[in-house]
Amino acid sequence: MEPCEFPHIEQQLTPVFKRQGQGADRLLQILLEAQDIFHYIPAGALDCVAAQLGVPRTRVEGVAGFYSFLSLESVGEYRVLFSDNITDHMLGKPELMQYFCNKLWVEPGRVSEDDLVSVDSTSCTGMCDQGPAALVNGWPLTSLDHNRLDLVIELIRARKPVADWPPMLFEVGDNIHRAGVLLGEPFEAGAGIKAALVRGAEATLKEVELSNLRGRGGAGFPTSRKWGACRSSPGTAHYVVCNADEGEPGTFKDRVLLTSHADQVFEGMTVAARVVGAAKGLLYLRGEYRYLLQRLQETLARRRAAGLLGRSILGGAGFDFEIEIHLGAGAYICGEESALIESLEGKRGRPRNRPPFPVAHGYLDQPTVVDNVETFACAARIAEKGGAWFAGIGTPESSGSKILSVSGDCARPGIYEYPFGVTVREVLADCGAEEPFAVQVSGPSGTTLSWREFDRRICFEDLPTAGAFMVFRRGRDMFDAASNFARFFAHESCGFCTPCRVGTQLQRKIMDKIAGGHGTASDLEELKGLGRLMKDMSHCGLGHTAPNPVLDTLEKFPDMYERRLKALAFEPAFDLDGALATARRITGRDDEWAHV
Amino acid sequence: MTDGKKVRIATCSLAGCFGCHMSLLDIDERVFDLMQLVEFDRTPLTDIKHCGPCDVGIVEGGVCNAENVHVLKEFRKNCKVLVATGACAITGGLPALRNNIDLWDCFQEVYQYEGGLEGGQVPNDPELPLPFDQVRPIAEVVKVDYFLPGCPPPADAIWKFLSDLIAGREPRLDYEMLHFD
Ligand SMILES: Cc1cc2nc3c(=O)[nH]c(=O)nc-3n(C[C@H](O)[C@H](O)[C@H](O)COP(=O)(O)O)c2cc1C
Ligand code: SF4
Ligand code: SF4
Repeated sequence: MEPCEFPHIEQQLTPVFKRQGQGADRLLQILLEAQDIFHYIPAGALDCVAAQLGVPRTRVEGVAGFYSFLSLESVGEYRVLFSDNITDHMLGKPELMQYFCNKLWVEPGRVSEDDLVSVDSTSCTGMCDQGPAALVNGWPLTSLDHNRLDLVIELIRARKPVADWPPMLFEVGDNIHRAGVLLGEPFEAGAGIKAALVRGAEATLKEVELSNLRGRGGAGFPTSRKWGACRSSPGTAHYVVCNADEGEPGTFKDRVLLTSHADQVFEGMTVAARVVGAAKGLLYLRGEYRYLLQRLQETLARRRAAGLLGRSILGGAGFDFEIEIHLGAGAYICGEESALIESLEGKRGRPRNRPPFPVAHGYLDQPTVVDNVETFACAARIAEKGGAWFAGIGTPESSGSKILSVSGDCARPGIYEYPFGVTVREVLADCGAEEPFAVQVSGPSGTTLSWREFDRRICFEDLPTAGAFMVFRRGRDMFDAASNFARFFAHESCGFCTPCRVGTQLQRKIMDKIAGGHGTASDLEELKGLGRLMKDMSHCGLGHTAPNPVLDTLEKFPDMYERRLKALAFEPAFDLDGALATARRITGRDDEWAHV
Repeated sequence: MTDGKKVRIATCSLAGCFGCHMSLLDIDERVFDLMQLVEFDRTPLTDIKHCGPCDVGIVEGGVCNAENVHVLKEFRKNCKVLVATGACAITGGLPALRNNIDLWDCFQEVYQYEGGLEGGQVPNDPELPLPFDQVRPIAEVVKVDYFLPGCPPPADAIWKFLSDLIAGREPRLDYEMLHFD
């Protein structure tokens, strides 16, 4: 290890290195703490971290540049990030953000001159049922309105540390309106593990198979097959990873599970550890949910004290298991399981080539199970009550229940747990949707439904979903929704492969062109061709699904595009004459050649 | 594509460096074969000032000023097939590096603050093409039929592309002609 050239920076980072250790896999966690200390990551800190961890500086800078909650330039003492999901927009986000900026004399995306505050947008923060939402230095602000923003402005001007702000600004509600087997029935910590210990690993896997449990993260892969494959893969260690990245806009059910049912989630991870033979588990918590970290650590400590974690769990000789929590830093792609593993290893979240799959070569190249938060919660119940019980709920191919995160135009946004097979219409009735017109199921990467399709069912046979359910009433413009989603994907593409990196940008540009009144029929054809190309050629699921909202709305709401078109023939993408205005102003010209 | 008649081609360089034109000349002795099949309308080689009805228009460079728009629109109007040739025409390329600099700041820096410039005045002669605030790909201004990538596209790629087009085939470039690393 080389000495660092920046003694004052090194001094501040020393406790961080002490706490985090010096493995290269700690890189992201260390940078997150550095960001907290300096409000950005100064060049000197990059050097120090590189020297301390013994990794090239380019790697440190590469990681710091990848995650949107890390920044290489100052973002001020207070960084306020407004959640940019379409549901926040429908609740007035654009106007509120403008109001906030005006009052603080800052431009979006810039730091105030006194280096006090910066304001920007960020991808959905998972508070759609209590938006418009924002993050201030990583802490969630909910249900924003002018009054609350005025208070925030006062606190910032007074330079009051965020830790001392009134707690009511940060209140996050669960808003559970319909509870089923996961959320509604009492769960005794340890019940699942006890049953698994009595049954043994092999028989527990059988129960999971019998339950027909399928992954709740969206793809619906049979959980028992994943666990079985990991169990039989050779390796020096096996790992269990819980995917709590919950980045899909409109999804917030994992937040509620981790807030009020964390025991059940950790219990599921422990059962999985028993089945695959893992001694270590990792929970990847999205940066937006950092406020839950302390409470989750406390839950882990409680479980440790109760003998539900640690050595010889519940007296099972040789059953040792520990859970560690890693924080994400604002990157949707890190929800993709192989990108998540890269991120756990302290790298940029770039999806790996698959195969090999994580079950054989995952975290640190060892056999790894990656499952969604809700999947683990189900597994805990299955271990406790048996597979047959679970298989009896839901539909033939989709057993059990599904937790939906309902937001948008409805009287009672929040959490609804249903047995699989519920129709969209029933959900709409329960949440008090008035004159519903469209629903975005499973977020931007999912399906846009029109009112003609409300009899479709939430289940893998018909409408698979990771949980998002965003309601649009009559009068809403679905073009705006698709535009918002196109912006989301353009921002979140990891940039590794060209079809997605360039495709998502082109898609956003064409949507902007149409929104700006310059669109033509050929642009609609271009969108369709581009969508096909992204679906066929992209490296991972992000690129495969990025065209979905545009293609769906083009098919189901073509009039919302067509009424914006300027002409049927080609039109320039921008106002040609307008783009000469600056030069006319500078030169003072207004002659014939100064116009086009 | 024109049953016996020679294919008429026009070329121009907008906000480009003429590198793409140089690459066209790099087809070497094949230029004799080419001349059997084509004739040139407006190009920097013929010095014809305005483009007439053509089969193929080859455009190098992006759109950085008002004059570029006039030339480009003239090409689009007259050419049956319009080809964006090279990185600059396709994406804006090198000249688009100026897009991150505010045009106003840029003029101030160059004409007002830079020492040694007489009068410190921004030139305003109507003969000078007026610059856009951003350099644009040509596809944002007119419809483009084909994109020939590269900086510049290799001579072999240009040759293959033109021979296909002239023979009436859908142009196809092998992977080797399209990857640059
Ligand atoms: C771009 C992208 C983002 C994803 N985000 C998440 C996520 O936030 N949470 C999640 O559980 N799965 C997410 N997934 C799916 C995971 O890759 C993986 O399939 C899942 O975690 C497996 O768990 P399961 O079998 O329990 O569903 C995402 C996939 C892609 C392609
Ligand atoms: S599809 Fe998009 S997110 Fe996935 S690897 Fe390619 S660029 Fe990255
Ligand atoms: S693409 Fe390259 S060679 Fe062609 S004009 Fe631009 S800079 Fe010159």
